[in-house]
Amino acid sequence: MSLSRPDIERIAQLARLDLTEQEVPVYVDSLTRIVGLVGQLESAVTTGIEPMAHPLPGMVQRLRPDEVLETDQHERYQRNAGQVQAGLYLVPKVIE
Amino acid sequence: MAGVEAVQWETVIGLEIHAQLATRSKIFSSSATAYGAAPNSQANLVDLGYPGVLPVLNREAVTMAVKFGLAIGARIAERSVFARKNYFYPDLPKGYQISQYELPIVAGGHLDVVLDDGTRKRVGITRAHLEEDAGKSLHEGMAGVTGIDLNRAGTPLIEIVSEPDMRSAKEAVAYMKKVHTLVRYLEICDGNMQEGSFRCDANVSVRPRGAAKFGTRAEIKNINSFRYVEKAINYEVARQIELLESGGRVVQETRLYDPDKGETRSMRSKEEANDYRYFPDPDLLPLVIDAAAISAVRAQLPELPDEKAARFVRDYALSDYDAGVLTASRELGKFYEDVVRRVGGDAKLCANWVMGDFSAFLNRDNLEIATSKIDAAGLAGLIGRIRDNTISGKIAKEVFETMWEGGQAADAVIDAKGLRQITDTGAIEQAIDDAMARNPGQLADYRSGKDKLFGFFVGQVMKATGGKANPAQLNELLKKKLAAP
Amino acid sequence: MAESRSISMGTVAGLAKALSRGEFSSVELTRDSLARIAREQPRLNAFVTVTAESALAEAAAADGLRQAGRAGPLTGIPLAHKDIFCTDGVLTSCGSKMLANFVAPYDATVVTRLKAAGMVTVGKTNMDEFAMGSSNETSYFGPVRNPWDLECVPGGSSGGSAAAVAARLVPAATATDTGGSIRQPAALTGITGLKPTYGRVSRYGMIAFASSLDQGGTLTASAEDAALLLQVMAGFDPRDSTSVDLPVPDYSATLAAPLQGLRIGLPREFFDKGLEPGCETLIRAALGEYQRLGATLHDISCPNLPLSVPTYYVVAPAECSSNLARFDGVRFGHRCANPKNLADLYRRSRGEGFGAEVKRRIMTGTYVLSAGYYDAYYLKAQQVRQLISRDFAQAFEQVDVIMGPTSPTPAFKLGAKTDDPITMYLNDIYTIGANLAGLPGLSIPCGFLGHLPVGLQLVGPHFSEARLLNVAHRYQLATDWHARLPGAA
Repeated sequence: MSLSRPDIERIAQLARLDLTEQEVPVYVDSLTRIVGLVGQLESAVTTGIEPMAHPLPGMVQRLRPDEVLETDQHERYQRNAGQVQAGLYLVPKVIE
Repeated sequence: MAGVEAVQWETVIGLEIHAQLATRSKIFSSSATAYGAAPNSQANLVDLGYPGVLPVLNREAVTMAVKFGLAIGARIAERSVFARKNYFYPDLPKGYQISQYELPIVAGGHLDVVLDDGTRKRVGITRAHLEEDAGKSLHEGMAGVTGIDLNRAGTPLIEIVSEPDMRSAKEAVAYMKKVHTLVRYLEICDGNMQEGSFRCDANVSVRPRGAAKFGTRAEIKNINSFRYVEKAINYEVARQIELLESGGRVVQETRLYDPDKGETRSMRSKEEANDYRYFPDPDLLPLVIDAAAISAVRAQLPELPDEKAARFVRDYALSDYDAGVLTASRELGKFYEDVVRRVGGDAKLCANWVMGDFSAFLNRDNLEIATSKIDAAGLAGLIGRIRDNTISGKIAKEVFETMWEGGQAADAVIDAKGLRQITDTGAIEQAIDDAMARNPGQLADYRSGKDKLFGFFVGQVMKATGGKANPAQLNELLKKKLAAP
Repeated sequence: MAESRSISMGTVAGLAKALSRGEFSSVELTRDSLARIAREQPRLNAFVTVTAESALAEAAAADGLRQAGRAGPLTGIPLAHKDIFCTDGVLTSCGSKMLANFVAPYDATVVTRLKAAGMVTVGKTNMDEFAMGSSNETSYFGPVRNPWDLECVPGGSSGGSAAAVAARLVPAATATDTGGSIRQPAALTGITGLKPTYGRVSRYGMIAFASSLDQGGTLTASAEDAALLLQVMAGFDPRDSTSVDLPVPDYSATLAAPLQGLRIGLPREFFDKGLEPGCETLIRAALGEYQRLGATLHDISCPNLPLSVPTYYVVAPAECSSNLARFDGVRFGHRCANPKNLADLYRRSRGEGFGAEVKRRIMTGTYVLSAGYYDAYYLKAQQVRQLISRDFAQAFEQVDVIMGPTSPTPAFKLGAKTDDPITMYLNDIYTIGANLAGLPGLSIPCGFLGHLPVGLQLVGPHFSEARLLNVAHRYQLATDWHARLPGAA
């Protein structure tokens, strides 16, 4: 199965990745090859096989007590942010 | 518009209700969930989606979801799975929302609602799943930018998904109110709609009456009041019918209700590419709840609204309607029973007072039972004085108002204002005699057959006694005196 | 490098002894390590950040502890962290332009534990961007070079940690392994690399690539040293839901146990046509050594193992596409200049911040999860994963440990495989299986093909780290491949 340019553009949009004109054909080619590689899975007989989402069988989710253990550290956490104002993270205007 | 053979349209509504769970900390982190904190002061590394951090599930959120499931007669999944719903939005820090998709914690329940005309209707609940809330985008007062506050991000939610069982906006509201009552009974959600603790998305479609297939639906997002739910649905139904009747087509889309304009409009920004790429969250393991854990939660369940209402009908001989009103909140039901117990009987009289003046004054002053100016003991004291004939029902209203404003007990108000009812036969007879003596003309007319003048004499006596004459005694004595020349 | 050996070139165990005997102080040792890093950095590019100042302060504190009689076995020994582990107040780049300005506000659990044990952090090591690569050529900070041959790659993604330990700039380094990122560079640089059982070492603070596959571990000169580090790193962490609450055995206590009766399984799928014959010869020789040590060899089969690469290239990209969605230019990481609107902010910040391989994997993952493809790719891969896992479980009913090559070839030349992603992906053909099944794996040097080291891979059942370390240690007592040093070999 081969991927087309519109496929790559659609995937890049879903993944929010800006691709340059030069990048698009490179990904058309390499994703086509990867899809070919993973296409080998078709050959496996998997009828009735439970999909495995976790590597350790039988492990279940642990539960945490409902306790508040955090203090306000927003100034420290926001040092990595590109744009902050009055404690808010800023993004270009979102129109709803 | 419709021609001669006008199509009869049927409305089909399903609701997705989001109820914030009343935990102290978030569903996957130990940040506080309190409302109204300074921006981002309650967003820790997990809530911010910082690189490297991981979610750990809050036990209490699970317990609350199980409570809800048991209360609607649903199956509690022995094994449920958290999945990632992937999409980009600034209020969604990780780029995915942790939710439940294929295997929700609660599946297959129902709620019965009573409509205004007294008919009962069963609404199916497809599922209820645990998920995390998103943050908030703030636009006001920001020039060309949007501010992001992630305090709400990670607040636990249950999303309660109904079957498309409702056929009118009124039914939808009745159902939503029922869920609202229930989550507060269970104390799993504070139900505060202004703060967004309880909100819903409405899936609305119309179809020709009798059609088997549903019409194309529109989803109205994030409605946070009962009134708006009704208005938004009615607007949307009218819009869809008009569209269809003019030859148009309803498109499946997300719409937003604008309460200022009273209309719904398309949310184009959220429309594009709805490919959420759900997959099991590898950071979380399957949530397993065994039978013992479910039994333990069941044992903690309070009496549910429907059970309580049935008991009120049975034990207090109340009508379905009264029982429904008095069990609309756990607090009101408790208050009512407290009053009845203190009064020691006359449950109907107690019901009238709790549903009547008491509720009206709470409403008027925007108070809750917890902050009410008259407590159960106070109201019971007042009702007791009606029962022992110290005051009449009419005087009691006056006493109630004074109690409400001044905070005194009923007896104190009655004494201070001298409102004690006159039950001394001699005194009432004296007042009747005076009234007859002062009004010989009317007396003659009455005796010659003008029965209506009976009321005139009641009024005269009441005026003379300051309204304190016991009405029943007065009636009886007056009848006797007027009749005997 | 053939000059007189610096004091910092010892093993963890050896340095621990020397420190406890007072042969030198931790400050002296750390200074020596820092000097060697500074000298080798232009050649190897093993580090992204060197934390000289704080390292010397930590070393001084460690010396203080020792004087106070409160030193543990690892107190005062230098260590480097792969730059995927968050370190409070220190740049944590993950080898990416996206995080080239990211100062973590917290320590990963692994970092906290090693710090608490008194180890001295000298810096953060270079790596493939977001751990996606097998050659360390995808790093934003440039490729790392193999100390055995500067024209060759050190393997990846933990290439910086591997090169640093191979050149003995530090005696040990942390690393992570999602599809072979500890074992393959260990093999290519002639050192010992341990990937523990999934869940044994906390993932908290380890920047996620593929959450169901990632596992932190060690790169050291010997199995004995790996045991010392794992002792501290392993253990339950309430902050990681996938962390396992099982007691941590004493890994050093059983190191020297005899191997009499050890059953070694040799999956025929590990000795396929892709394996370079010279490597196979060395592997077979190592197996012969194990026979001399009392082990028996058993031919086994894991029939679904050949599907491990396609399975991995669905599962890992799927998880990565979601894990890396948080890098959106808003709260941390690269933010594009003057975004026109929200979509532009996202697309350009991510487009500029991620390198080519990361974008390729994000897109692959986005594709396999997208509507219409989920069942054919993602669900199918999770089913095949189950089959592969069962193959291993069945194998471990017959044998105690599985052995084979770590990598099909020794280190290859820089640029040799960058044109075709598939060729690069096939480097991990022997290592990926253990990640899919969550099994512990170990790579130890077992000889040289020409001047380049070759690694022997050991895979055991879940939580068999103590046994694997024992099996590796006995081999290292009998051989000296692990003691060879680049330039001096």
